[in-house]
Amino acid sequence: MDFTEDQIQRYSRHIILQDVGVEGQERINKGKVLIVGAGGLGAPVALYLAAAGVGTIGIIDGDVVDLSNLQRQVIHFTADVNKAKVLSAKEKINQLNPEVEVITYYDLLTASNALDIIKDYDFVVDGTDNFPVKFLINDACVQARKPFSHGGILRFEGQTITVLPGTACYRCVFHAPPPPNAVPTCSQAGVLGAIAGMLGTIQAAEVLKYLTGVGDLLTNRLLTFNAKTMEFRTIKVKHNHRCAVCGDHPTITELVDYEQATCEIKSKH
Amino acid sequence: MSKILVNGKEQEVEVPISLIDLIKRNDVAQPDMVSVQLNGEFVDRGDFNSTLVNDKDEVDFLYFMGGGSPINQQNLQIK
Repeated sequence: MDFTEDQIQRYSRHIILQDVGVEGQERINKGKVLIVGAGGLGAPVALYLAAAGVGTIGIIDGDVVDLSNLQRQVIHFTADVNKAKVLSAKEKINQLNPEVEVITYYDLLTASNALDIIKDYDFVVDGTDNFPVKFLINDACVQARKPFSHGGILRFEGQTITVLPGTACYRCVFHAPPPPNAVPTCSQAGVLGAIAGMLGTIQAAEVLKYLTGVGDLLTNRLLTFNAKTMEFRTIKVKHNHRCAVCGDHPTITELVDYEQATCEIKSKH
Repeated sequence: MSKILVNGKEQEVEVPISLIDLIKRNDVAQPDMVSVQLNGEFVDRGDFNSTLVNDKDEVDFLYFMGGGSPINQQNLQIK
């Protein structure tokens, strides 16, 4: 792959970066990354991966932009309200870096389409806001042996782990989705907008590290932070031999759509 | 009193203390939803009562984190 003058300029801060260089930038340009959810986490992930020149970015999201999203979902602007999130995101990515091929899926990730969609990508980013899809992404990626980054945020806190084939998976840590009547996001909802950026940029950095082969990925370690104290912690987690999807005797061999808990949000209108 | 590490921070407790008592002592909001590691090994939820924490043990409480955006969840299909 020969870089044009413009590409050398655009990616110069990567190219002059020891450990990345021309070769690393080429790997980034050839990379194919799927972002599940174009929301709080997906927005910074998509913007930084687009800026970095990731060759193909797939985005799946079945939602439209809501005014209440704009507090943290920085890829969507006021004029995008009611527009499909995948379209809004694609437009921004194209403006930021026209070289990036964006593939949009205006859909939900489900047990029936997950494996077919992720098969075309090198890496999957979980930017979803709900547990059924987080477990679905985990199970699909473990079964398809796709590397992925899990991310979660709540109030002032965030957590993320990178999962490669054979390393501790999300289900090793959190065995099953919480029951629909006990979802912490409902009882103690809300999130400081910038937390989404903090966590999403960590996920984006993990993607770029994976594509370039630089550094140590956040595998077998769950990173958590609390923005109230600005304390970061990485907790060592081990591959769980009793894990239902990647353990010694897996009981989950097919993907399932878990029931989605819903929260009653009283309308103020 | 003995010293144990809970989520990386020192706590002084009378040992042995059961995991379930330690969970109560730490005001874990939803004990039925926390994942617990004792000295780096996951403890099955059914064993919280019988598992004892001793001097210098390291306990990690790990919590579910979604996206903090419950409004969006209403748009998702329920199967």
